[in-house]
Amino acid sequence: MKNWFKNIDSNLIRLLFITVIVFAIMAALVPSKFLTMRNIESMSFQFPELGLLSIAIMITMLTGGIDLSVVGIANLSGIFMALIFTKAIPQGTSGFPMFLYIIVGIIIGVSTGAFAGYLNGLLIAKVGITPILATLGTMQLFTGIAVVITKGFAISGFPEAFLIIGNSKILFVSFPLFIFILTTAGISILLSKTSLGINLYLIGTNEKAAVFSGIRKARVLIKSYMLSGILGGITGVIMIARTNSAKADYGSSYVLQAILVSVLGGVNPAGGFGKVIGVVIAVLALQFLSSGFSMLRFSNFAKEFIWGAFLLFIMVLNFIQNRRAAKNIVKKED
Amino acid sequence: MEEELVVVENIEKSFPGVRALSDVSISLKKAEIRCLAGENGSGKSTLIKVISGIYKPEKGLITIEGEQYKSLHPIEAIRHGIQVIYQDLSLFPNLTVAENLALNSYLGNNKKFLKWKDVKEIASSALSKINVEIDLNRIVGSLTVADKQLVAISRALLNNAKIVIMDEPTTALTQKEVDSLFKIILNLKEMGISTLFVSHKLREVIEISEEITILRNGRKVAEGSIDQFDEPKIVYHMTGREVGAERYNYVPQGDKPPALSVQNYSSNAHFEDVNFDIHSGEIVGITGLLGSGRTELALSLFGIHQHDSGNVLVDGKEVSINSINDAVNSGIAYVPEDRLSEGLFLQQSIARNTYVSILDRLQNKLGFVDFLKADSTVENWIDNLSIATPSKDIPVSSLSGGNQQRVVLARWLATAAKILILNGPTVGVDIGSKEEIHNKLRDLARDGLAVVIISDDIPEIVQNCNRIFVMHKGKIVERLVGSRTHENEIVAILKKLK
Repeated sequence: MKNWFKNIDSNLIRLLFITVIVFAIMAALVPSKFLTMRNIESMSFQFPELGLLSIAIMITMLTGGIDLSVVGIANLSGIFMALIFTKAIPQGTSGFPMFLYIIVGIIIGVSTGAFAGYLNGLLIAKVGITPILATLGTMQLFTGIAVVITKGFAISGFPEAFLIIGNSKILFVSFPLFIFILTTAGISILLSKTSLGINLYLIGTNEKAAVFSGIRKARVLIKSYMLSGILGGITGVIMIARTNSAKADYGSSYVLQAILVSVLGGVNPAGGFGKVIGVVIAVLALQFLSSGFSMLRFSNFAKEFIWGAFLLFIMVLNFIQNRRAAKNIVKKED
Repeated sequence: MEEELVVVENIEKSFPGVRALSDVSISLKKAEIRCLAGENGSGKSTLIKVISGIYKPEKGLITIEGEQYKSLHPIEAIRHGIQVIYQDLSLFPNLTVAENLALNSYLGNNKKFLKWKDVKEIASSALSKINVEIDLNRIVGSLTVADKQLVAISRALLNNAKIVIMDEPTTALTQKEVDSLFKIILNLKEMGISTLFVSHKLREVIEISEEITILRNGRKVAEGSIDQFDEPKIVYHMTGREVGAERYNYVPQGDKPPALSVQNYSSNAHFEDVNFDIHSGEIVGITGLLGSGRTELALSLFGIHQHDSGNVLVDGKEVSINSINDAVNSGIAYVPEDRLSEGLFLQQSIARNTYVSILDRLQNKLGFVDFLKADSTVENWIDNLSIATPSKDIPVSSLSGGNQQRVVLARWLATAAKILILNGPTVGVDIGSKEEIHNKLRDLARDGLAVVIISDDIPEIVQNCNRIFVMHKGKIVERLVGSRTHENEIVAILKKLK
């Protein structure tokens, strides 16, 4: 327990504090709407998508890279699944066969993510293209494939049994939130308890030293982009199950938001540092802001502005605090 | 009484967490060559930056040419003719020699248009002042370090330098280049220009300086004419204690096969037909000029570079090394040349830096790292190598150079390596810490490790190695017995190779 507290740095505590304040302000401004079970429930359906994408980007950021293609991956996975659900399932299938079809569909969706991530990994680790350029390219590639397949139209009309994933609850927890909790817990353990996880941080800190220490850099990098792709695939499952439609360009603004959420959550864009818990808190803060503002009937334009301002505010705060901390050390020495 | 150009009195300066200078005074006469000596972190660089106006001291007085200042602005320092030539030289690598030399002063005169003829003229007259010839149209980035340094010195003269401060100017120079640099410093003296020379290479210090000031832990501990000092005395003042000069004595241990045997080992363009055996308990030194192939040889043995032909035997068994992991699994460890860029994960904890190379072995069946075992391994090595740290969880960047180097050592010792190859193990390490690292290497060798030290530091090699190889153009050209070799012999061999 003591260790757990020690591991949480001051920036994270401040972010948590600010998130609670945001929640309190929103609750105070529109208590009749914000503090309802319905709102909390609806938020729990909304944020897991951005949350998973942010975790995906975080993983690649830890290695000093980035995955701009993750939303493209989510959409492409979604469209492959949509094709199976709308074209491959014979009329009148139900019961266990239906369940099997859905499982196969999800497996294909998530494997699409893994494969797409593998491609990113190869381009970055083997060919040696800078992550930002490689994934910018594959983002266009994946979105392009999706557009070609769908001719730009949305595919919709999935089996009821599949839509459960996006719209139902297990006990009191929304299904997407349930997936989110399971996945983030898994990633968190992977990052802190396995050699793959620790190697990610070390490569992000000093790539050259990692090679000289015997870390198989290419292998670790490919795995990290595959992980990111798998998270993209899982996001694809939630997205199409929640909206009952798959579209080539759904949620394209998610990419930049996910990057910002990662940085806001304390992930160092240069690599080497960042925790899953920070990203989770950051995505919650933005969800509270955005739900609150829609209840206050702010236009979407104002919302973007406020998000941007909020992100800058937190980062400036962190910067000032860190500088002050450095000065305090001097005083103590004297 | 000669003319005092700069007098700096009772300077105090602190940084986050450290008092860098306390009550330091130094003065420089016209045409004097003074050496500022001290270990890393003794405050040498800080003092230079105070004199050149980059840092503002908290206390103290600076008097230049009779004018008194509490602190200087860089512009004031330059106006008084104080020119600093930093290790990185601060040249524009993408511009030509002429542009680097002339543009500064040309633009300083507020002229809006350039006359290229003037630029060339300014530049060539600047170079001729110190009697050197460098093609004015060459791009500075393509020059050798020595030539870049000459350009930087000429540029300093163009700015009417009266005092040239050189920060570790000889670090990347060959012996011949050092000699010609010293000629230029003497030349400056004749022109009435003073030089403040910062170095921790003692032989050079004694050769070139007239006066010496020694700093330790931010305080001035000794000062005087260089004739009153010799090498041991300077070392004593820099470290605050006597440093032993006992040689390493290797006692053969039974007839085991050699720990490392390299046979007809060749790599296209890097090294050729290298043969040697190293037994456990031996410390073998490899030296040679830059480009002798010694680093490439080490990198090939460690699996980073490929080799073309030849065999490597560990404990008498042939091993094939095609990757770092092959090398590590065969018991070969390599401590790289550049600790900061190739060795350490600076911002990560000491623990992570130590167990990185054994992570795979620390995994349990489920694939999770056994942190109990990891932590106890790390603590053992912190103890064993006496790494001075309050905790294994603090970033390795907060350690001193010597302790950082020990963390890299700990990493490789934790892999239970049989052969330890170190490339420049004590570059940038304080003299005191250096001796401790040497002692540790001797202990490890006595315990059965085979150690290879690749180094430019001849005293280091002669003192610690029972055998010494000199490499040149990819071949071992001399094999010497440590106990029968004097430093000067190796220096002479190296000079001849050039």
